[in-house]
Amino acid sequence: MSDSPVIVAVVAGHGRFADGVLSAVDQITGRGGAFVAVSNTGLGPTDLEALIVSALDRTGARVVFTDLPAGSCTMAVRRAQRARSDIVLVTGANVAVLMEFLFSTEGPLGTPVGGLSDVGNLARVAAEKARGTLAVFGS
Amino acid sequence: MSIQLYRIDDRLIHGQVVVGWGQPLGLRFIVLVDDDVAASDWEQELYRMGVPPSMEVHFHSVADVRDALEGYLSDVRPGMLLVGRVETMQQLVHQHPEITRVNVGGVHHAEGRAQRLRYVFLTPDEEDVLRELQQRGVEVTGQDVPSARPVALDELLSSRQSA
Repeated sequence: MSDSPVIVAVVAGHGRFADGVLSAVDQITGRGGAFVAVSNTGLGPTDLEALIVSALDRTGARVVFTDLPAGSCTMAVRRAQRARSDIVLVTGANVAVLMEFLFSTEGPLGTPVGGLSDVGNLARVAAEKARGTLAVFGS
Repeated sequence: MSIQLYRIDDRLIHGQVVVGWGQPLGLRFIVLVDDDVAASDWEQELYRMGVPPSMEVHFHSVADVRDALEGYLSDVRPGMLLVGRVETMQQLVHQHPEITRVNVGGVHHAEGRAQRLRYVFLTPDEEDVLRELQQRGVEVTGQDVPSARPVALDELLSSRQSA
């Protein structure tokens, strides 16, 4: 892993959601640093949109994962998409989809593949795979 | 009365509204009153996307909700009236004396506002508006989620928090 990993996406959500899921991703893969966490805590819609767009601009990432379809982070990204059609939004994010996406953008030992040029399609495939990880056991 | 909550929240429809309050109150509809949203199909589609199929959203300007509110008040299903600005709620209270309780659920940082609660920042003019509502007999409280303690207006306005 390089000292400055490629940032593949921004993770935004309520409270410490992003820190929490990225902590889990890091514990499982050692690659939590490939994402940037954003929290909506204490932020109104304008400041939240600016913070997310700033994170995208700073890192060069184009994908944002959010926790809740109705959440303020999702709304903020949808607003940002009006001016930035290159932004890809995945909502309903969990640990599984982040790992699926991460590994779809990287080759062995964290080497970037494909220049992240097709991140929209990669995000769709990751979301579809992760959807199948939700399961109920017991009666 | 079928409107269970009259809420000021500059995020309008978001997680606390749809899930945090929507689930325990069993909300079946939201009346969103905002002139900008009422004038924009794109904005309405954005907010409609944020609610589950079991919940209706009705969009109104301040002017056209005047007549429509009667119908919402006689609806037997539980609903919420939602505005983004303190001044909008004042206009509605002036139109409809049936509104006797107002929930300040989220007014966030902006130029000229001072922090009163973790989720409430107000300009002096906005504070005066809330005081005026209270003087009319409206119970104004700060409360972001149902499990939080409602903070009475006098306490809210005397609070000073560091940002």
